[in-house]
Amino acid sequence: GYPDNTIKTSRYSVINFLPLNLFEQFKRLENAYFVVLLFLQLIPQISSLAWYTTVVPLMVVLSITAVKDGIDDLVKANIQRSFSYRMKKDKWMNVQVGDIIKLENNQPVTADILLLSSSEPYSLTYIETADLDGETNLKVKQAISVTSDMDNNLELLSAFDGEVKCELPNNKLDKFAGMLTFKGKNYLLDHDKLLLRGCIIRNTDWCYGLVIYTGPDTKLMQNSGKYTFKRTQIDHLMNVLVLWIFLLLGIMCFILAVGHGIWQHKKGYYFQIFLPWEKYISSSVTSAVLSFWSYFIILNTMVPISLYVSVEIIRLGNSFYINWDRQMFYQPKNIPAQARTTTLNEELGQVKYVFSDKTGTLTQNIMIFSKCSINGKLYGDTYDKDGKKVTASEKEKIDFSYNKLADPKFSFYDKTLVEAVRKGDHWVHLFFLSLSLCHTVMAEEKVEDMLVYQAQSPDEGALVTAARNFGFVFRSRTSETITVVEMGQTRVYQLLAILDFNNVRKRMSVIVRTPEDQILLFCKGADTILCELLHPSCRSLSDLTMEHLDDFAIEGLRTLMVAYRELDCEVFQTWSKQHSEACLSLEDREDKLSNVYEEIEKDLMLLGATAIEDKLQDGVPETVMTLNKAKIKMWILTGDKQETAVNIGYSCSILEDEMDGVFTVEGKNDETVLRELRTARGKMKPESLLDSDPINICLTTKSKMPFRIPEEEANGSYGLVINGYSLAYALEGNLELEFLRTACMCKGVICCRMTPHQKAQVVQLVKRHKKVVTLAIGDGANDVSMIKAAHIGVGISGNEGMQAMLNSDFAFAQFRYLQRLLLVHGRWSYNRMCKFLSYFFYKNFTFTLVHFWYAFYNGFSAQTVYDTWFITCYNLVYTSLPVLGMSLFDQDVNDTWSLHFPELYEPGQHNFYFNKKEFMKCLMHGIYSSFVVFFVPMATIFNSELTNGKDISDFQSFSLMVQTSLISVVTMQISLRTTCWTMISHFFIWGSLGFYFCILFFLYSDGLCLLFPDVFEFLGVARNILNQPQLWLSIILSVVLCILPVLGYEFLKPLFWPISVDKVFERIQQCRRLPERPPIRTKLKHASSRSAYAFSHKQGFGALILSGKTGKFKAPKKSSLALKKRFLKFFS
Amino acid sequence: MTWSATARGAHQPDNTAFTQQRLPAWQPLLSASIALPLFFCAGLAFIGLGLGLYCSSNGIRELEHDYTGSSDAGNCSECAAATEGGAPPPNCSCAWYFSLPELFQGPVYLYYELTNFYQNNRRYGVSRDDAQLSGLAGALRNPTDECAPYRYSAAGLPVAPCGAIANSLFNDSFSVWHQRETGGPYVEVPLDRTGIAWWTDYHVKFRNPPLVNGSLALAFEGTAPPPNWHRPVYELSTDPNNTGFINQDFVVWMRTAALPTFRKLYARIRQGNYSAGLPRGAYLVNITYNYPVSAFGGHKLIIFSSISWMGGKNPFLGIAYLVVGSLCILMGFVMLVVYILYQDQDEDDDDDD
Repeated sequence: GYPDNTIKTSRYSVINFLPLNLFEQFKRLENAYFVVLLFLQLIPQISSLAWYTTVVPLMVVLSITAVKDGIDDLVKANIQRSFSYRMKKDKWMNVQVGDIIKLENNQPVTADILLLSSSEPYSLTYIETADLDGETNLKVKQAISVTSDMDNNLELLSAFDGEVKCELPNNKLDKFAGMLTFKGKNYLLDHDKLLLRGCIIRNTDWCYGLVIYTGPDTKLMQNSGKYTFKRTQIDHLMNVLVLWIFLLLGIMCFILAVGHGIWQHKKGYYFQIFLPWEKYISSSVTSAVLSFWSYFIILNTMVPISLYVSVEIIRLGNSFYINWDRQMFYQPKNIPAQARTTTLNEELGQVKYVFSDKTGTLTQNIMIFSKCSINGKLYGDTYDKDGKKVTASEKEKIDFSYNKLADPKFSFYDKTLVEAVRKGDHWVHLFFLSLSLCHTVMAEEKVEDMLVYQAQSPDEGALVTAARNFGFVFRSRTSETITVVEMGQTRVYQLLAILDFNNVRKRMSVIVRTPEDQILLFCKGADTILCELLHPSCRSLSDLTMEHLDDFAIEGLRTLMVAYRELDCEVFQTWSKQHSEACLSLEDREDKLSNVYEEIEKDLMLLGATAIEDKLQDGVPETVMTLNKAKIKMWILTGDKQETAVNIGYSCSILEDEMDGVFTVEGKNDETVLRELRTARGKMKPESLLDSDPINICLTTKSKMPFRIPEEEANGSYGLVINGYSLAYALEGNLELEFLRTACMCKGVICCRMTPHQKAQVVQLVKRHKKVVTLAIGDGANDVSMIKAAHIGVGISGNEGMQAMLNSDFAFAQFRYLQRLLLVHGRWSYNRMCKFLSYFFYKNFTFTLVHFWYAFYNGFSAQTVYDTWFITCYNLVYTSLPVLGMSLFDQDVNDTWSLHFPELYEPGQHNFYFNKKEFMKCLMHGIYSSFVVFFVPMATIFNSELTNGKDISDFQSFSLMVQTSLISVVTMQISLRTTCWTMISHFFIWGSLGFYFCILFFLYSDGLCLLFPDVFEFLGVARNILNQPQLWLSIILSVVLCILPVLGYEFLKPLFWPISVDKVFERIQQCRRLPERPPIRTKLKHASSRSAYAFSHKQGFGALILSGKTGKFKAPKKSSLALKKRFLKFFS
Repeated sequence: MTWSATARGAHQPDNTAFTQQRLPAWQPLLSASIALPLFFCAGLAFIGLGLGLYCSSNGIRELEHDYTGSSDAGNCSECAAATEGGAPPPNCSCAWYFSLPELFQGPVYLYYELTNFYQNNRRYGVSRDDAQLSGLAGALRNPTDECAPYRYSAAGLPVAPCGAIANSLFNDSFSVWHQRETGGPYVEVPLDRTGIAWWTDYHVKFRNPPLVNGSLALAFEGTAPPPNWHRPVYELSTDPNNTGFINQDFVVWMRTAALPTFRKLYARIRQGNYSAGLPRGAYLVNITYNYPVSAFGGHKLIIFSSISWMGGKNPFLGIAYLVVGSLCILMGFVMLVVYILYQDQDEDDDDDD
């Protein structure tokens, strides 16, 4: 059978939850270990601890994990439900292979469907594929003629009994091979007839289709690959450390077993008058072997049972903070931030590389007509009376109410342009006329005077809308005519030809006949191209316009040049003949056509230039700069063209004008790419090319080993631009390291024209060869592979496509939230996790190693120091809440400071706060503390008595003293480490300590002990001992001995071994005393950097995205037919 | 997930201090103005406390005597030699003579001390049945596994009290005699043998099994005493409140020691003329020597000691407080010097900037 069209993400059902969840939990090494331990404890010969010391914590841990897994699964199932709800409405969930379904305009396609027929002529269907490939223009699909005849005749459709044979599901988005057998005839099917899941139907009232692939078989799902379970670096480190602990445990058990052997031989043997050996003990060696295992049981708390579950709880808690953050909530679209993966939080505080998509992520994908230059005059800047430029916020919008057809959403600020239009400036009129004629936009007018443009590229939409508002309203078109309302006067132009856009020509033209019978050619295109086609007479105008174009480029605007030409009737007719010949030719049609086009696109008269702002999302440049200050490297990976990508690179300050150089790699084979990369590297760091460079030596000697390249510093700030074609070479085996080294030295890197796969490859390259944390952020289906490949994937939510968001680990609505996610939440999570780990290991070492010291005094007999109930409760009850509280609520500095001083982020990138060295420190500290906690009480009770002369040096009193000292010491340690004392911290820390005493009195109470005399043996110990001054004196001594060295170390560390952030903390302290200072400081910074990026750089290209491929020949004709139909509707 | 834009702010997170992580917080700082005074104050306080502790510990008088008999010439060596072979001969006794030139300030406590005796060995420590000792009738006749090999007697009767701890009950006994005048008669010093165990142990934890027909002996019928014992548990004392499981010597012994060298209270001297302490004069301690320790190299000591507000004599706390206090002050000075040096350097750096 075929898979269901739902995509299931939940794992459990009510019935299988318990067995499945338990099975999965026991698959985890640490849980399995504790089960083994439990079995060891049940062997009486070696059991040194009661069984419940392991069972109780294990049960608690398992049930907490089970509850967490269950909630996770429920949340996922909820997501699924709300997702399928949408589908259910359209009955998508129940769709099966072979169904024929009807799709309507603006509906998303959620299965792969063979197009049968549509409302449009020739069964054309327009679709938007932004979610699949990131391109924003419309594409057209066409049904085969035999099925398109069925139209919307439901009888025919339901009687349709064709048979489709097609290839197995695969991930090739642009290939499909199949065969339709219908009424005994075979028809070939290709991808032009297939609507893929993820597309959105546009400009098509309805269409019918046959479902080919469903659910996971769809090309989109096949393409998104399997989700690999992501683990953080801390996870890996933790696993290594747990292994170390095992090793240490083994060594200690061995030492103690040897000690036991020696003791049994020297003393135990003779002590048999009071303590005879068991029958199965034949010699001290057998006894030693058994004692190895006994100690293995006792010291098992070295491997903390609650470590993993605590880590998970902490991550979950910190994820909730992300969901709850109002400052990452996007009001306009009502979208809160979402931590979709709850296991990666602390890695957010370690990110070194950010890979960002461009369209929809950095930009809003909204084009705004911002400025223009008409006949040498610049429009668009607004000045006040003193001649100063007015800033955006103070600008006054122009009122277009005089124009009934104006688009109310359009805004423009320069009044001089309106005045020019109203005055009837010939050039301005001609300029806007050309904008309203030279395009491929289609107009819809469902309600009278409410024009809706369907533009194939947002740029064109912006231009036509601008013309519309200034009084040159493109109202409708047919295949032969274009109707324009010119300053309220309807005029019909005859459309003679469209000389379509392509990437080589970088321009498009239309030829029209005016109502006055004049033949005009309007052309718009890239300035570099158009300049050469201009008539020599507009040389001076062209120079002036080029100056304006430079200004536009500096501001990061997309520019287009506009020109026109008057044609003689005869010239046009001869050209028209050539044109139709070229159209009909079967070979090299493209070439021939462009030759024909070139013949007529010459001697153009310059009209002016347009500047369109590719609107960035709010706060993008500021965010990029903040991330830069946090030493995070930002790469743009985009499928878009080089020109647009570079433009955006400058406008969001990934590339900067004051950079020492921006290298462009555009080689067409591996040698040139290598040469270009080497030249770039030679310029950035000449010595890195020498053979003596340490990295080169490493590369040549052990090239086969997986090799981590250290960070290399360039001698300045550089940028790198590389396009997809060159990248294909750069990512090949021998060049990839070359590319990586060069790119990593640059401050900003832009890779353009990339396929989704290449995006993932780049991310994986960095991941593989650099010891860094990578983050990928994107919004479309084309970013999914990159989002999955990176350590952390972030999806921009709120767009129509949800693929990126569904595959991401974190999702929010605006790029600017990234800085809060990393610098605030990431940093906190990382700091908290590090504090948690170092404290957690410390407290367990201190707790466990006491047994090691005690062994030397009890004949290595695996006697525990503590009460068994203390061992049971220590990790779960007495010490869990304070450490959880710290790792959920601690803040070394608050969010405002974290954002003001991005430098604070750096320690995370180098993993300063928790690494193997820090772990060794914890171990040493734990050894010291356990030494103190054992020997101080021991020396206190040695040959001492209670104040009433009775026994104090008994085992139970000693246990109580050590326990209480231990709890006091670890509580003091955590209060030292807590930098942020909220009510909750107070409650948890002091509450736990108080709770310890309460439990103590309960466990040692008469009633309980008499009820179960074998289980609770410490009757009355608390009452007799806790009132002794000796006890409290010894506890104070232990605490002070443990705390003072730490205090001294904390005090001296920033003085002796300062790290970069210590200075920042100092500055924050100073600022705190003068709370007004920081905002001023940052404001200044922003202002200065704002003005800085408007320095001179290379002349920008205005790139034009025009959908030329909508079938160059079919599209105008056929779509015009459709429009005709609509046209008739309106006027009938 | 689709976010419907129904109501404005429908999905907006709550604006609480908790969810926004803006809980009011106190953020203490380890600045020099806090750390340095802290060190100095802690140092001074510790030195003061240390002096007090040291003095009061020194004020406690202790008089101890090793009567094991292997090393010194005392007459206990004969008994020691006698126990060497195995079972000790009954009623070997020896004596320890000493004289006090002045009053031994009371109240005086008499302890015995054992060394090299591993009451804290795990297998020794678990070899008891607390249920049996708490007087549960079921446990009396069915001792726990842990008591093995002292669980059932050779005759198959359950051992009461079972286990290695009970079996190894310390069974030397002491009597103290005082000769007020030289050549005068020795007068027995009254030893208070009650009230030597913890109140909770004697009154709550240890209970005899319910009496049968008013007789403790009948209650213990069908049980055997531990092999080392010469008499059954209900004959430990003639006092009905001090026999059976609630015999105070037994209770004290059953509270096992934490370290291989330990003292246990034998008696309190607080009656009659001796309530203020031991007056000056010659003393004789008569020791009934039963307990074998030479086999495992242990020693037996007898100790007279007085008590202060902080318990028995133990110089450790006083010395430790003095040392730690001095270290604090030393550390404080080091930190002060370092801080001043680096402070200057920082200022220089700032000037360079």
